[in-house]
Amino acid sequence: MTIVGSHGAGTLEEATGWVLTPEGLCRDETCVLVPPDAHRDPAAVWSRLGWPMASSGSDVYLGEPASTRSEALASTIAPDFTLRDLDGREHSLSEHRGKKVFLVSWAPY
Amino acid sequence: MWQGLYEELSDNGFVVIAVSFDTRAPDASRPFIEAARATHPSLLDPDHHVADLYNMVNIPNAVWIDEDGRIVRPAESAGTGDEFRMMVRPGGIPADDRRRMVARRARYIDAIRDWVEHGPSSAFVLQPDDAAHRERVHSADDAQAFAHFRFGTWLARQGRHEESQSQLGLAVQLKPNSWAIKRQTWELQEVGKAGGPEFWAAVEALGTAPYYPPADLDR
Repeated sequence: MTIVGSHGAGTLEEATGWVLTPEGLCRDETCVLVPPDAHRDPAAVWSRLGWPMASSGSDVYLGEPASTRSEALASTIAPDFTLRDLDGREHSLSEHRGKKVFLVSWAPY
Repeated sequence: MWQGLYEELSDNGFVVIAVSFDTRAPDASRPFIEAARATHPSLLDPDHHVADLYNMVNIPNAVWIDEDGRIVRPAESAGTGDEFRMMVRPGGIPADDRRRMVARRARYIDAIRDWVEHGPSSAFVLQPDDAAHRERVHSADDAQAFAHFRFGTWLARQGRHEESQSQLGLAVQLKPNSWAIKRQTWELQEVGKAGGPEFWAAVEALGTAPYYPPADLDR
């Protein structure tokens, strides 16, 4: 089974940034309590929490809950992100702190 | 497209970050980025990570972020309106609509200039409450739609196209207001389909509803 998430694909941590610990499901300073019987199975944890998930074949996508996004947007603090350019070089929004940033979407059609 | 504005304003602490929602990145985006000769960051977001974080539903959508990393204008149409819909009519876009289209874009660009010059005292900078109020609320369906969409793009990269399309189909159903999701789903079915007959039929089906709700610059 491959876990896919907003961070990439692989283990739970590689895919989502979340780790299952004795305290629960943790990322950075946040821990969410999960029933111990669900501990061995990340998909079961997601399902118990009611967080967005999708599956196909033996692979599963574990998404970010809507509340994380809504709280972030309501705070009006621009969430950081890191993306690559054509040359594969990584750029983060936070590198531009101190400047006004015009963040704009496009697509080649 | 934004290179000129960046050159004009970059000495005043202004930067453009262009994000391509092309799910076939970098291949389909490359010729456009190279032709634009952009000197500002021009980034690839095949998984729509930024669309998810900022709830962007279309192109071009833009977010204004100040020096402290605060959103002063949440995602909105970046100077675009619905005049383009006349493109497919006989005779194309009428002269009046064309003028309106040009004027709308000019007004939006002027608003950016005003922000760069006046900062927080610009009339186009929203107060935090207003900015928060204008954010499109991220619903449980939105979050589930992005899960299906991003899983779908991952499956497409694995060459699992049938599985990919069924995930993308679920995303389209859950977030019908997202043209970004809809058009990228078409584009993964067939290159060019995002601007093909299905697209124009879907635009026509909007009736009097806007494709681009214009950015509200008046308050």
